[in-house]
Amino acid sequence: MRTRLDVLICAGAACLSAHSAAVRDALAREIEAHGLSDEVRIVETGCMGPCELGPVMLVYPDGAFYIHVTPEDAAEIVEEHFLKGRPVERLLWTTPEARRIAEQRKQVPFFAKQRKVVLKNCGLIDPENIEEYIATDGYAALGKVLTEMTPTAVAETIAASGLRGRGGAGFPTGKKWGFVAGAPGPEKYVVCNADEGDPGAFMDRALLEGDPHAVLEGMAIAAYAVGANHGYIYVRAEYPLAINRVEAALAAAHRMGLLGNNIMETGFSFDIEVRMGAGAFVCGEETALIASLEGHRGQPRPRPPYPAVEGLFGKPTLINNVETFGNVRHIILNGADWFRSIGTESSPGTKVFALSGKVVNTGLVEVPMGTTLRELIFEIGGGIPDGKEFKAVQTGGPSGGCIPAEYLDTPIDYESLQELGSIMGSGGMIVMDADNCMVNLARFFLEFTANESCGKCIPCRVGLPAMLEILQRITRGDGRADDIDKLERLGKTIKTASLCGLGQTAPNPVLSTLRYFRDEYEEHLVGRCRAKECTALIRYWIDPEACRGCDQCRRACPVGAIAGTPGNPPYAIDAEACVRCGTCREVCPFGAVEILDRR
Amino acid sequence: MNRLIEKYAPTRENLLDILHALQDDNPHNYLTTAALRQAADYVGIPLSEVMSTATFYSMFSLKPRGRHIIRICESPPCLLLGAESVLTALQEMLEVQVGETTTDGAFTLETTSCLGACGVAPAMMIDDQLYGNLSRERLAEIIDRVRSSDEAR
Ligand SMILES: Cc1cc2nc3c(=O)[nH]c(=O)nc-3n(C[C@H](O)[C@H](O)[C@H](O)COP(=O)(O)O)c2cc1C
Ligand code: SF4
Repeated sequence: MRTRLDVLICAGAACLSAHSAAVRDALAREIEAHGLSDEVRIVETGCMGPCELGPVMLVYPDGAFYIHVTPEDAAEIVEEHFLKGRPVERLLWTTPEARRIAEQRKQVPFFAKQRKVVLKNCGLIDPENIEEYIATDGYAALGKVLTEMTPTAVAETIAASGLRGRGGAGFPTGKKWGFVAGAPGPEKYVVCNADEGDPGAFMDRALLEGDPHAVLEGMAIAAYAVGANHGYIYVRAEYPLAINRVEAALAAAHRMGLLGNNIMETGFSFDIEVRMGAGAFVCGEETALIASLEGHRGQPRPRPPYPAVEGLFGKPTLINNVETFGNVRHIILNGADWFRSIGTESSPGTKVFALSGKVVNTGLVEVPMGTTLRELIFEIGGGIPDGKEFKAVQTGGPSGGCIPAEYLDTPIDYESLQELGSIMGSGGMIVMDADNCMVNLARFFLEFTANESCGKCIPCRVGLPAMLEILQRITRGDGRADDIDKLERLGKTIKTASLCGLGQTAPNPVLSTLRYFRDEYEEHLVGRCRAKECTALIRYWIDPEACRGCDQCRRACPVGAIAGTPGNPPYAIDAEACVRCGTCREVCPFGAVEILDRR
Repeated sequence: MNRLIEKYAPTRENLLDILHALQDDNPHNYLTTAALRQAADYVGIPLSEVMSTATFYSMFSLKPRGRHIIRICESPPCLLLGAESVLTALQEMLEVQVGETTTDGAFTLETTSCLGACGVAPAMMIDDQLYGNLSRERLAEIIDRVRSSDEAR
């Protein structure tokens, strides 16, 4: 029976953490209580994108998009909307400018500007129900290649589409498939890299949680093209929900004969195992990932030989990223030309980006390649919160770099970002405003990479901590005159002399902030942090004119550094005792606490 | 004694999964020497090899930990949105430093690299459960909830 309304409630990790399961239960109870069980269906979906607004839910067919829903809202939604047909306006997502009711998903710029290919099903189908996936032409592409195409034709179609690896480097996918197909030997493997370790990246997680079959189908098609019968998905252990959904999807696909022996009675066999990482960023690097899959320390080894020739257990191995596999079925069904009609000449298709940091709509977005940074951050992302000024965006995580405001109109593709000293990377976009210190940002990333270095080669093992130490002393206000030069020299050496991509790219955040924000480094050397973020370089001060003696700051200060008598302003901060935690500034109702340069 | 790990074939490639299973089974969330030896015997490699592999990965602990592992994200997206003060608040609330376990043995506080929850930063995980949009108030509420569900057990 066809239901009158479908209520799609997001069960992505972020919404679950905001108690979307409790909202679902409350809604189910109310629907039942109002006798609507036959008319209204609740579907739990994967990530819909706007994580910051969770729990979110979408009602079909009328398109009402509810945000920040709580279990207490359930009765009103069911009563007013599902029963009487009047959407609950106070919970609807409205555009920030016009506060206009978003009755159609299309009217919210967050969705209107996007082009969903890889994430097409995410947020629309129940990821734990294989039939819903099949209803969206799921496994039709696998059926097509197994019955109508030769393995070579499959690899050629992917090559003709111009699809490039979404795991960071952008290597042409069809070409890689061709290498593995052409490698000698009867035994080959297909591996899906789901280690997603870049800080600020969560695209792969969303796809695995929201549409796991799309990844499995992509892997099976790849296996047919390269001649493999066995595959692995290496998922980081930090993603237990993704692991569960993938395992459930694997079991369902096996039950229906879509994976396993003699798939769809075609004689082709392919099965997939899930493997869990154990908290090592470097395992995302393909040779380290292979070592880890084999049960060893996850340390990279020199290439060549490339995994396509000598990979898992010494056999030819195809390694692709989650999102890369997610594109495959669409290319097979719609053709290489269709794929090329999206995006740019050198980078066809779409890309999923994860917006985080100082941006209004944090979450996942998918846009055609060639979309500008401005469209992404200001139109889809809704701009910078609290009317603050955009300062820079970090793309490519710890391997990438920052891009300042003057390049906001750059169309995003692999080459354009590289020209700006950054990289596409896996698709994390961390937005920063004027309150963020670029030197401190570089320090954050170096802390990460120095900590994650596997220690195998000297430039990375010794060089990154050396760079970090310099950054630490600069942000502490102890920088020396030649520190900037030293950073540049060290960075260049580490880039050229390191064994794997981790070391080869780790200096990028420092080098790119030096390229665009060198003056901030120089200011730190004379004791000034213009963003007022480096605590060693600032002091808190109570403006005697603005202080009303309300006593709130004195009571809130964790170290008792504020003196004053209630009703008898001004209060004053003891600079020696102050730990610069900023609590007083947060609690002052009169905005009397200011941050000044320490010197 | 091997019941827990028998579902894995006794080969080196299953070592990480086996170590995860043994660690998860331990009430103090760590790998005992006996467990490491068990894994070594099971897959047929020297104990030193198992040690060397286990110590490479940050999620394996060779020291006893609390019943619950709190892993708070210290990646740039979370740091930009106040993860440092969330960490300070947690340290005050639990009276432990990073790497330490509360005196009642309930929580071990650890930091982690990105949890992929940047859309709801700052974020943390307690065991397998993700928590986002953390603030001082939310933290207190979450810790209380975990504590009281422990007591109910
Ligand atoms: C330090 C490091 C970490 C990496 N992490 C990942 C990752 O988490 N996911 C991923 O798909 N690729 C990662 N890569 C890239 C992989 O080595 C490899 O290029 C990629 O999985 C190939 O797939 P693709 O061609 O589909 O992009 C990483 C590389 C380096 C050097
Ligand atoms: S560059 Fe760093 S992470 Fe890569 S192999 Fe060398 S030490 Fe290990």
